[in-house]
Amino acid sequence: MERTKLDLWVGAFVVAGIAAIVVLALKVGNLSTYNVSETYQVSAHFTNVGGLKPTASVRSAGVLVGRVTSITLDATRYEALVTMTIDKRYQFPIDTFANILTSGLLGEQYIGLLPGGEEEMLAAGSEFKKTQSAIVIEELIGKFMFNKASGAE
Amino acid sequence: MSALVEIQDVNFSYDQRAILNGINMSFGKGKVIAVMGGSGCGKTTLLRLIGGALKPTRGSVKFDGRIIHEMNQRELYEARRKMGVLFQFGALFTDMSVFDNVAFQMREHTNLPEEIIHDLVMLKLHAVGLRGTHAQFPAELSGGMARRVALARTVALDPMLILYDEPFAGLDPISLSVVGQLIRKLNDALGATSVVVTHDVQESLKIVDYVYFIAEGVIVAEGTPDEIRASDKPFVHQFVHGEIDGPIPFQHAGARSYAQDLKVSA
Amino acid sequence: MPIAKSLRAVGHRAVNVVWRIGFATRFLYLTLTHSGMSFRRFQLVVKELFASGVMSLIIIGVAGLFVGIVLGLQGYETLKRYGSESALGSLVALSLVRELGPVLAALLFASRAGSAMTAEIGLMKATEQIAAMEMMAVSPIARVIAPRFWAGILSMPLLAAIFSAMGVFGGYVVGVVLIGVDEGSFWSQMQATVDFQHDILNGVLKSFVFGVAVTVIALFEGFDAPPTAEGVSGATTRTVVQSSLAILLLDVILTAFMFRGA
Repeated sequence: MERTKLDLWVGAFVVAGIAAIVVLALKVGNLSTYNVSETYQVSAHFTNVGGLKPTASVRSAGVLVGRVTSITLDATRYEALVTMTIDKRYQFPIDTFANILTSGLLGEQYIGLLPGGEEEMLAAGSEFKKTQSAIVIEELIGKFMFNKASGAE
Repeated sequence: MSALVEIQDVNFSYDQRAILNGINMSFGKGKVIAVMGGSGCGKTTLLRLIGGALKPTRGSVKFDGRIIHEMNQRELYEARRKMGVLFQFGALFTDMSVFDNVAFQMREHTNLPEEIIHDLVMLKLHAVGLRGTHAQFPAELSGGMARRVALARTVALDPMLILYDEPFAGLDPISLSVVGQLIRKLNDALGATSVVVTHDVQESLKIVDYVYFIAEGVIVAEGTPDEIRASDKPFVHQFVHGEIDGPIPFQHAGARSYAQDLKVSA
Repeated sequence: MPIAKSLRAVGHRAVNVVWRIGFATRFLYLTLTHSGMSFRRFQLVVKELFASGVMSLIIIGVAGLFVGIVLGLQGYETLKRYGSESALGSLVALSLVRELGPVLAALLFASRAGSAMTAEIGLMKATEQIAAMEMMAVSPIARVIAPRFWAGILSMPLLAAIFSAMGVFGGYVVGVVLIGVDEGSFWSQMQATVDFQHDILNGVLKSFVFGVAVTVIALFEGFDAPPTAEGVSGATTRTVVQSSLAILLLDVILTAFMFRGA
């Protein structure tokens, strides 16, 4: 085959392959919302994280503002320590509520931030003081059954 | 005149099986030498020893005064640039055109500009009478033409030593004479030394200066073509005249008797 | 002595396998150390990129599209039962990007390009082209093997990405255009669950590893093939079987490391 034709085909192939990776990254994946600006790190303690996982989203008023980076057990308090990165464009008051919520009945779990009314803003490396753990469905059902049982007596 | 290739007391065995046994040969510069023998007598092994693809079990092969099997990889490649090998069926690169096949070594080993390579390739193809085929692919050529193109590729870098492995195998009588004449002409034009391994007696006796006969790993006869034709050694006589029975028996029977192989008891 | 005999057979096979793995490793090492020419004369690699990459484009693209369509249909049927049709995008994209894209593209690559490589090199050996090159003082590893190796491992991630992208497109056509899942939730659910680093880059890494495995097996089998018609056909079969098994085994190992507990 002629060299120019060969080069053309191979060039088209490489461009198509790279375009496919770019499409996957931007359209399918979350690169468009990934590290677009600088971030700062904050943490929170939860008594129970339920099904929360690293890379889960952090949202405020439904808008994606950050991501969970790690979940570990704080061995002194026996509570889960969740660290997350938050977009520098968004600042939250120090009395912001961090709740673990579920999208839909069986959907992914994420952290919802409910801003408080304080003037002072959270600094990088600080912690959400007010948190609410994941709702574990088995516990809810257990409580409901227990109430029913005791009510019937 | 000093010899370009000297083979001294070479033994070679493969898996305990002795193939060559105490071979001594010397190929003078400018000569065309034929090495003949029946199929499977170790002729091709001899070529591979000269090319450095195999290492002798004992003895040595000297090329241009240096022992080949003592060279390292770089020196061996250096020595091979001065050799050309024509393989049994040409071994043309099937994914390249005739032109690219002949230009292959020039492009790999030299930094010549493409215009000069073009002229050189045309020169070589002209020498074998196939300038018109330069754009074709090996699969489109007849057996005889492919062999001539392979010949042009073999002499592309004007080698000092040209090795031919069965250059006449599978050719019609006309192509056979053409290739035979080319071997002689190219050797004389380049001032090279050629070694032709073959079992085609008649054709090679026409073109060579000296002949070695090998049978069962040893040299059984040697001499100029005239001496060979006149030889009354039974082996040479059988070989030159193509007789069925003689020192090389028709039956390859092995250790067991015919009756044993047929499972009939005497 | 039937027990001793079968034990010997097992031992013989085991020793053989170890020998071949050793030879293949040495072969890979030689290929890497003889790669200079491939980069100095990149045109050699470009030629092989055409053979392994461009020639595999159609089968990869069509297969990706069909797999995406099937994922769309089957995923919709299953998700509908739980009322979460909107998660169709995540299902299609995650299965493709993490698993099906790299694995299926590599399997197709092994049977399309890998077998061709083995057959080509095996035939070059059978017709003494490799020996001729060696006698012309040109290393066949540098001139024939290395360009094919680099072309193979460059093609594989690109082909896998094309497979996944075509698959997502197929899922989109079925889910959104034909069935009528809401387009906004299809894409937004997908983007919310597919993580660039964790899913897409790991998928690319997987296909890269598969590419190395398939190309090394294909080239080694070709180079090692007995120079006969049966030898080459046997080597071609072995290439497809061994590289398919290698892909699946490597996938188990890589998945265990990459997606463990997350």
